[in-house]
Amino acid sequence: MADMATDPLLADITGPTPGQMLRKRIFGHQGLLIGAVVLGVLVLVAIFAPWLAPHDPYAQSLMARMQPPVFLGGSWEHPLGTDHLGRDYLSRLIYGARVSLLIGTVAALISGVIGTAMGVAAGYFGGRVDAVVTFLINVRLAMPVVLVALAVVAIMGGSLQVVIVVLGLLLWDRFAVVMRSSTLQVRGREYVAAARAVGCSTPRILMSEIMPNIVNNLIVVVTLEMAHAILLEAALSFLGLGVQPPTPSWGLMVSEGKNMMLFEPWMVMIPGVVLFVLVLAINLMGDGLRDVTAPENRS
Amino acid sequence: MLQFILKRLGLALLVALTVSIISFSLLFLSGDPASAIGGETATDQDIEAIRVLYGFDRPLVVQYWDWLSSALTGDLGESYYFKLPVASLIADRLQITMILGVCGISFALLTAVPLGVAAAIRPNSFIDRLALFLSVAGQAMPSFWFGLILIVVFAIQLGWLPPSGASSPVHFIMPTIVLGYYAMPAIMRLTRAGMLDVLSSDYIRTARAKGASEGRVLFKHALRNAIIPVVSLAAVQMGFMLGGSIVVESIFALHGAGYLAWESIARNDLPTVQALILVFSLFYIIFTFLSDVLNAWLDPRMRAG
Repeated sequence: MADMATDPLLADITGPTPGQMLRKRIFGHQGLLIGAVVLGVLVLVAIFAPWLAPHDPYAQSLMARMQPPVFLGGSWEHPLGTDHLGRDYLSRLIYGARVSLLIGTVAALISGVIGTAMGVAAGYFGGRVDAVVTFLINVRLAMPVVLVALAVVAIMGGSLQVVIVVLGLLLWDRFAVVMRSSTLQVRGREYVAAARAVGCSTPRILMSEIMPNIVNNLIVVVTLEMAHAILLEAALSFLGLGVQPPTPSWGLMVSEGKNMMLFEPWMVMIPGVVLFVLVLAINLMGDGLRDVTAPENRS
Repeated sequence: MLQFILKRLGLALLVALTVSIISFSLLFLSGDPASAIGGETATDQDIEAIRVLYGFDRPLVVQYWDWLSSALTGDLGESYYFKLPVASLIADRLQITMILGVCGISFALLTAVPLGVAAAIRPNSFIDRLALFLSVAGQAMPSFWFGLILIVVFAIQLGWLPPSGASSPVHFIMPTIVLGYYAMPAIMRLTRAGMLDVLSSDYIRTARAKGASEGRVLFKHALRNAIIPVVSLAAVQMGFMLGGSIVVESIFALHGAGYLAWESIARNDLPTVQALILVFSLFYIIFTFLSDVLNAWLDPRMRAG
């Protein structure tokens, strides 16, 4: 850059384009790359679960209960051992990726739609709309998430769909907060005023002027809330009021392994490690995306 | 200042009222609470009798008003399971949860603040990177799993700590760590960011120019200012923590309010669940209110907001 700085005009023309700079930032960011690769692998595992799983995740075998994993002296027939019902642990882990990713994605989608609509409306219209949305955010924050989610799931009956909807309806707060402040930032820009001046309708301004300029913040929140939803599902299932057996949920596997923890701690360790790795990968990706798309926001 | 407090107080009351409506309506989410109480063996006549006995035959608004006005006098109804007043049930159990919450937030502050300061003094040093790694990893760690690992290592393998119960202070060590670590990343990041910000300010340069010792500059001048937002964050985190104690208490079998919530949900004991949601929300509302007031008191610029 030193020699280019001698002629600012030339530097402007020959310097890297914004796209190139973005690409450079993305490939120069270790956390983002590691997170994206790990998450990508886990997504592929979830998609191709039927081909990857060595056994049926639901098939019980009373003759082969609680076999240890290979590294603790088990056989390659069940590389990660079997659970208390003789189900292949590796296969259940592989299918469990589907449950976690499905819940994370759909819950983040539902809460994202709710929160973004509220946040953008509050930021753009201000005044009373803003007051109402801010109030709703306060109410939502005041409610203990785990407790409310547990109670609603218990009342409605635990199932994948109920857990997804409940989490989707509860986790919109961060979307609303971030989208509101992002909208406030871009609302006063010239291009918004210009669009208004040429007579664009409000929906059109929101969709083609505001949204494209706040979407990078939205993506960051999506990743963080995905991680949040996955952790909450695991916690609910662990407490016995989330996804119900025999569905292979990682939280449920930890809970089932808990009873055997004294003698077979691996039954708790393995699903926990996988859960930790998935959430870590998503968070690394989210943090990385924030650094890359908005370098000035780095804390 | 008084105007600010009154405004915030009004808002807090309104939030509390709305939460009370939500937690009240939870009872009716299941459809018919009377058949839920009656259980599977109840006949239609039984259910009708229950409905009249509990007053479910009256209009919803009347029931809500009844519930709210008795809640205001401290009567939160009777537990379906324990057949005891919910208020005294919760009061009994709240002590453990409060101890746990105070220990948890103290643990988080005592570890996260020094770490954040150390990270800010030398940005990009080993300690900074370690702190960043801990905060990223901490956010990804499922608390129930973390708790079980601690039990496996410190209670089962090493035998240093009791795995569950609440009969002595030692019993609170592991629950405190599990509850507290969750608040650490946020507190640490805020301390670090605040210190970095303050350390580059003019009055720090002045203090250094005067010849004040480095320790005096850091703790007397810098930390004092950087800690203000941390205090209010800690108050908010404390509110979240009490709500999060449900997971921790169930792992370590601490019979606090969180454990009571878990039991009551599993037993369909709705009056207790409703009351607990309200109580936990009130704690959060009180803590955020106090933190707002504290902030406004320490920093007059906040009073406008």
